[in-house]
Amino acid sequence: MFDRRLIYNFDWVLLVTVVLLVTAGLVNLYSTTAGWNGAATPFYLKQLIWFALGLAVALGLCLFDYRRLQYLAVHGYVIGVGLLLVVMVSGRVTMGAARWIDLGFFNLQPSEVIKIMMILLFARLLSKTASAQGYALKELWRPALWLLVPVALIIKQPDLGTSIMVVLIVASMVLFAGLQRATLVCLGILSAVVMVLGWFNLHDYQRARIKTFLSPDNDPLGSGYHILQSKIAVGSGGFFGKGFIQGTQSQLSFLPERHTDFAFSVFAEEWGFTGCVILLLLYFFLIAWGLYIARRAGDQFGLFLALGVTAMFFWHIVVNLAMVIGLMPVVGVPLPFFSYGGTNLVTMMVGVGLLLNVSMRRFMF
Amino acid sequence: MNLAVKWTSLPVVRRRFVRYTLFAAAVFLLLTLRLWYLQVISYEELYERSVKNRTRLLVLDAPRGAIYDRNGDLLVDNRPSFQISVLRQDVAEREELFARLSRLLDIDPDVLEARWREGLRLPAYRPVPLAHDVSRETMERVQEHSIELPGIFIETRPVRDYVAGGAMAHVIGYLGEITEEELKGDRFSGYRGGDLVGKVALERSYDEQLRGIKGQQLVEVDVQGRLLRKLQMEAPRPGRKIRLTLDRELQQAALEAFGEHAGAAVALDVKTGELLAMVSLPTYDPGQFARGITSEEWRALLNDARNPLQNKAVSGQYPPASTFKMVVALAALREGVATAGRNIHCAGDMELGDSRYRCWQRRGHGDTDLHKALRESCDVWFYQVGLELGIDKLSAAAREFGFGSETGFELPGERPGIMPTRQWKRTTLNQPWYAGETVIAAIGQGYILSTPIQLAVMTAALANGGQVLRPRIIAGIEGDGGEMAAVVHPDVRRELAYAPEHWQAIRSGMEAVVGEVRGTGRSAGVEGSVIAGKTGTAQVIRRLSDEEEEQLTGDEVIPYRNRSHALFVGYAPVDDPQIAVAVVVEHGQSGGRAAAPIAGAMMENYLQRQD
Repeated sequence: MFDRRLIYNFDWVLLVTVVLLVTAGLVNLYSTTAGWNGAATPFYLKQLIWFALGLAVALGLCLFDYRRLQYLAVHGYVIGVGLLLVVMVSGRVTMGAARWIDLGFFNLQPSEVIKIMMILLFARLLSKTASAQGYALKELWRPALWLLVPVALIIKQPDLGTSIMVVLIVASMVLFAGLQRATLVCLGILSAVVMVLGWFNLHDYQRARIKTFLSPDNDPLGSGYHILQSKIAVGSGGFFGKGFIQGTQSQLSFLPERHTDFAFSVFAEEWGFTGCVILLLLYFFLIAWGLYIARRAGDQFGLFLALGVTAMFFWHIVVNLAMVIGLMPVVGVPLPFFSYGGTNLVTMMVGVGLLLNVSMRRFMF
Repeated sequence: MNLAVKWTSLPVVRRRFVRYTLFAAAVFLLLTLRLWYLQVISYEELYERSVKNRTRLLVLDAPRGAIYDRNGDLLVDNRPSFQISVLRQDVAEREELFARLSRLLDIDPDVLEARWREGLRLPAYRPVPLAHDVSRETMERVQEHSIELPGIFIETRPVRDYVAGGAMAHVIGYLGEITEEELKGDRFSGYRGGDLVGKVALERSYDEQLRGIKGQQLVEVDVQGRLLRKLQMEAPRPGRKIRLTLDRELQQAALEAFGEHAGAAVALDVKTGELLAMVSLPTYDPGQFARGITSEEWRALLNDARNPLQNKAVSGQYPPASTFKMVVALAALREGVATAGRNIHCAGDMELGDSRYRCWQRRGHGDTDLHKALRESCDVWFYQVGLELGIDKLSAAAREFGFGSETGFELPGERPGIMPTRQWKRTTLNQPWYAGETVIAAIGQGYILSTPIQLAVMTAALANGGQVLRPRIIAGIEGDGGEMAAVVHPDVRRELAYAPEHWQAIRSGMEAVVGEVRGTGRSAGVEGSVIAGKTGTAQVIRRLSDEEEEQLTGDEVIPYRNRSHALFVGYAPVDDPQIAVAVVVEHGQSGGRAAAPIAGAMMENYLQRQD
């Protein structure tokens, strides 16, 4: 049953791009954690194992036709929301936030699962209903409900970063499907209102982060510390960087969360503007290639699926980088393929698997 | 959904792909521009901040300069002291730690806690001192238990070691923590809060030379301020060594000669003005200040009626009494008021107006010339001569000798004393001058006040034939290359013009004081040396009236505060004067009995070591 054309059409470009990014991330992780000892398994090795696992999952996802997934989209969505409810009730509490389900060998993060599920669900939804005229407002209340239930649950965790991610991914997909002009205006007004209301419902730490972002130097040792230290790290890298394992900001622990959310700061400090531009070009190529896959997808579901996955990559990359270089408040979003963290890497590799699947089956119809 | 035209191939959908790609490109361009701004445009500023982040400048204290006496004997040095300190970041269980430490150090845990809190203002990587200058045994005890005392460690810090102890306390002084005002001023630039600075005497006057220049060390630290490695070091430059003109043995001899008495003594080199000895008693132990003086000790020093903290040699002001008579005699000889042979009959007192001025010898001295008047300290001879001389000329001559103004000595706190004139009395007391005041001025009483160092300068001038010298204490200061740069002496402030026979007359009188049978200062005599001197007994209260004196029984004890000060000035040897000495024994009652032996002991000690 396995068509030989599929191997012939396999998207090596995508895979190589991802491998390059992951490799850069591993090299960076090696440097970041060079001075750490005590852990039985070095971080870069753990990350490598996670990548191998993710790669296996991605290739496994290529084995069947992605179109079968549209019939599972609703089930997947229900499971995703169910997991969010579970974590709400019994999740492990870390740093005041209940985000994980302990599965023994690893911590399952339902908010990661729901990202994929939302992409699948909306790919199915939009592929069935997209029209040349675009959506009117009244057509959108049902999809809005699909979106708001999990987003509300994630905000409740509280995990503002992931909820923003989910909204941005879905918004990118819906916007691509097309909106009528009036709908666009209404939604614009609506989101403005939501933002204002949202400000008053933020947790103190979240509000502090936003305030700090607006004027980080007011409180350099308090909550402005992260942004400031990250900016110092990035800027002090200069044009060519301080060199591998030479970054003082990271090696001397001035950078917080430097192996996870702030991994890029370490990279920027040690590799400089040159390294950053190369990395950014790689990321841009990944996005452009993802859109290219969507564009030549065999069917509408494939288009929206590829678009959603690409949007997921894009927003993670942009939000993380913008945060790290001080263009956005601190929200806990990792840099795809680069930051340390198993769950996120696997999620992103699932995305890669879906893209590969869509890409290799573009001539199937 | 229109099946005729596939949605995906609608031009509007195609355009959306282009737009999305462009949007992504624009966002990445924005990120790149931001990176350009941070890494290229703001590079220098942010690089600087990253350097500041990871480096700290530590100050290295410079060892303070040592002080030696004229023979190279060590007077003040630095010795290592053990200090128990704590590195705050390494302490987890403070209460438990302090409980253990308090048993080892025998210090109350609350005291440790208080020191800890004081240390909170220091940066995290700076150790907080918990106990200063602990004994070697205590240090070793702490060291043995170091495993149970995480964060506690032993620092060795130099502290001032006053080898000469109390004998030199007033000359050398002591250190104390710098005050807020001192920090603000220019004098102590380069000092930081908590530093020790010279507070009095030499430690203060020569602080700039003694302090050295602090070094600094650039170290790399991590985010917790933990020291990782040393980057650069600028070694401290030790303070300059100073050599004094003082003679430690002579100083010690003076101290011993005083015994339990309070007072001051100054010895000068007659030819150079170099200070050979300067004692002030009672003294104190400067080591108390080096250890860190307790408030009880400090209060005890402040409240002691005999003023141990005051350097009486420069700031104690006493009537010169009969030691002043040489100045009066010289002035009278120069002005032609009297000759050395002038005979005045002393019947025990002199009448002037309604007042009677008594000689100390109630029987009277009979016929008296200058020689006898000096030898036996006849007051009447000087009353008469002084009266004829007048206060103006008397005062002028005394001022030439240095009375009434500072001698220009290097140590701080010198007082000018008082040499009254008509003008002085008018401005300070708004009263005219009375003849009777001239009479008592002629025997160094009344308004006249002098310091022991002034008396020593006068004595040196009598010995050297009229050179009024500025007393000097610094023999040499270490130069940049470590060599001792000698300070050139003498520093002659004035040359006094008196005829050789006038000097001779005074000299023979002073020689007779010590050397002749009826001399008042015979107890200053030194075997094998010819000594010139003059006793003085200065009343602290007015002289008793006849009636009062008649009421006194022979062995009634005068209260200490009312006893006269005993003075002696002298120089030796007479044919080639080398040392001039002035001694004031507070409430010593008799110059001849209390002060002269001290001066004699000092001269003897010095002279016997000269050949």
